[in-house]
Formats: sequence, structure tokens, C-alpha cells
Amino acid sequence: MAYSIAQLLTSNKTRLFDMWIQKQLASESLREDLMTDDELRAQSQELVDTLTSVITADNISHVESTDFDEVFEVLSAISMSRARQGFSPRETGLYIFSLKEAIFDLLQENLADDPATLLAESMKINRLMDSFGIITFETFIKGREDVILRQTEEIADISTPVIQVWDGILALPIIGTLDSSRTQVVMESLLQKIVDTGSGIAILDISGVPAVDSLVAQHLIKTVSATRLMGADCIISGIRPEIAQTVVHLGIDLSNIITKATLASALKHAFSMNRLVVKRSEAEKKVL
Amino acid sequence: MGPFLLVTIQIDLYDRLALNLETDLVNMVHKTGARGVLIDISAVSIVDSFMGRILGNIASMTRVLDAETVVVGMQPAVAITLIELGLSLTGVHTALDVERGMALLQSKLDPDEELANDNDNDVE
Repeated sequence: MAYSIAQLLTSNKTRLFDMWIQKQLASESLREDLMTDDELRAQSQELVDTLTSVITADNISHVESTDFDEVFEVLSAISMSRARQGFSPRETGLYIFSLKEAIFDLLQENLADDPATLLAESMKINRLMDSFGIITFETFIKGREDVILRQTEEIADISTPVIQVWDGILALPIIGTLDSSRTQVVMESLLQKIVDTGSGIAILDISGVPAVDSLVAQHLIKTVSATRLMGADCIISGIRPEIAQTVVHLGIDLSNIITKATLASALKHAFSMNRLVVKRSEAEKKVL
Repeated sequence: MGPFLLVTIQIDLYDRLALNLETDLVNMVHKTGARGVLIDISAVSIVDSFMGRILGNIASMTRVLDAETVVVGMQPAVAITLIELGLSLTGVHTALDVERGMALLQSKLDPDEELANDNDNDVE
């Protein structure tokens, strides 16, 4: 090899870093609101250091080489953190590609009198940096997907609150569609709460469930059976007329489950099961 | 405990152990003329379909011998497993804890009928 670009990069590490930072600061993709100058510098410095430490004349044309694993790791970490911080894909892409530009500038400075070598080395660097760019995008998208996944989980957790409405009576308003994974969450949180509070009655309010098909009904029956196994009674409330219609049309048998139209009547039923009576107090009567 | 048998299962039941439990329990019900059986499975964390079936069997067998079976203290994970296995244990009464199970048995028992057998059977 007549000319080692790897050597050039290693020896001009600081210069390369400065050029890159200048490019970044000049670029419109600079987001001072999301990341401070110091953070950006630290991040870039890490990437340049890692790249220059692993790059050699031999592996520069072998992107798949395991030597670059370290660089990939740094890149993944950077793009993952950028995805979480809310950088756009364009900004993240430009971040990596501005490094490519910086390297090209460096090459041009040093190889201005040898166009043939300049072209050959540029091609090599180009290939390498393109693959870096792809890695960055892959992890960036993965990072975004992680965020979405986490939000989905959070929504699932938030939407299944188990409320203790009375001593020994739990209520669980279900909002949104019931699918297998949600049923699992609902069931687990309900059963755990039953154990924690020692409640004997659980009211499952489905007024927030948009539609009941045979699968949803199946899930409901499962939940009711599981509470029964735990030794608690389960009442399903909040059944809208449309849901009653579909349930009967689908031929779903809910006859061995206590069902009530509203949460209020379910609560009343729960009171009578616990032999509790709600009375208007005498004092209040006089006021009225 | 009065006219009831109390069985506390302390360990995860293996097939053979479960079968032994079934035989012992039915014999004991027969011998003592117990009117109710309380199975406390609060310490059991793993069940399989066989175990579920054994519980159902015990309930059916004791029913033949004129005794009710109440399973108490089932763990949430166990309940979910049994449901996923399609075993809803119909015919088995359940209660949250021993106290409630006892109250349930008491309410099922004819108030004027009293048996004086004291029995406590622990499976190790």
C-alpha cells in the first residue's frame, strides 16, 4: 500500500476532530436545545478516538471486520441516546455524514497533489462511512421503537387501575380493547390486589370497552374464573345494550357470571352480598 | 378442626405425592366422617394439569362421602396457570384464606349437626 489513510487519520486525530466539530457547529442540524456543546464534543471525541484507534490499513476495506465492533458499539450508543433525546433522523444522519465530510477535507488537504490516490482512498472511506451511517439508522430506528414499546407498556399499566371502592370490594374499570396481553395484565393486577387487600368481591366494569367479540368474552370469562379460583366473587358491570346484543348473537354463555348493567347496581349487589346496608342518616333527613 | 379436615400443602406437589394425598385424604374423610375438607395451597407456587385434576378429583370424591372441599389461599400465578390450562375447577369451592374457608364450610354445614372429631392432617 502506497499510502495509508489509517495512519493519516490516526496522526491527524485532533485536526480531524476540530474540523468535524466546526462542521457540526456550522450545520443547521445543530440542536443546542437538545444537547449542550460540551456533550456534543464529548460524544464526538469518543467516536473519533474509537475510530482512529481501530482503523488500520488492512481493515479499512473490510467493513464486516470484527475490528469495527467497537466503533459500532459507540455509534449505536450515540444514535440510541439521540433517538431518546428526540433528534430527528435527518439530524442524526447529518451528524455521521458530517464526519465523512471532515475526513474528505482532511484527505484533500493531504493528497491534493495525487488525485489517483485521493480518489481510491475516498472510495474506501466512503464505503466505510456509509456502512456506519446505516448502522446509525438501524439503531436510531430501534431506539425509537424502544420508546414506542415503552409507551405502549405504560399505557397498558395506566389503563388497568384496580380501585378499592369499599372494604372488601375492588373495582376494575377496563378502558379500551381487551387483547390477550392486556387480559394478562388485568388478571395479574386484579389477582394481586385481591391477595393484598383480602377482598372478597371484584367488580369488572367494561363500560369503556368499545366492542365485545367472542375473544374478548373469552378473556372476560377467564378473568372471572381466575378470581373465582382465588376465592373471590366477580361481578361484570357496565354492559351496554349493544354489547348485550352482540353477546347473545355470538351465543356466548355468561349465565354463570353475575352481570349488572351499571357499576352502581354492581356495587349495590356487592353490598348485599356482604350484608351491608346503605342508609340515609336521620340528621340529614331533618335538613331535607 | 371440629368436623373439618385441614390439609396444608407446604411444598410443590409431585405426581406421586399428589396421588398419596388423594388416597390419604379420602381415607381420612371416611374414617373420621368429616363434613368438610380445607386444602390450604398458599405455599404452592407451581401447579400442572395433573395437580389441577387431583384437586378436582378430591372435591368429587369427598362430595360422594358427603363432605365439601374448599381450596384456600391460591396464589395469583397458580390461578392464572390453571385458567390457561383450561381447568376452572368447577365443583371446588374456593376462599381467600383459611378463616374465610372455614366460615364458608360452616355456612354449608347444617347448624344443628355437630361432630366431635378433631383432626389435623399436615402433609410434609
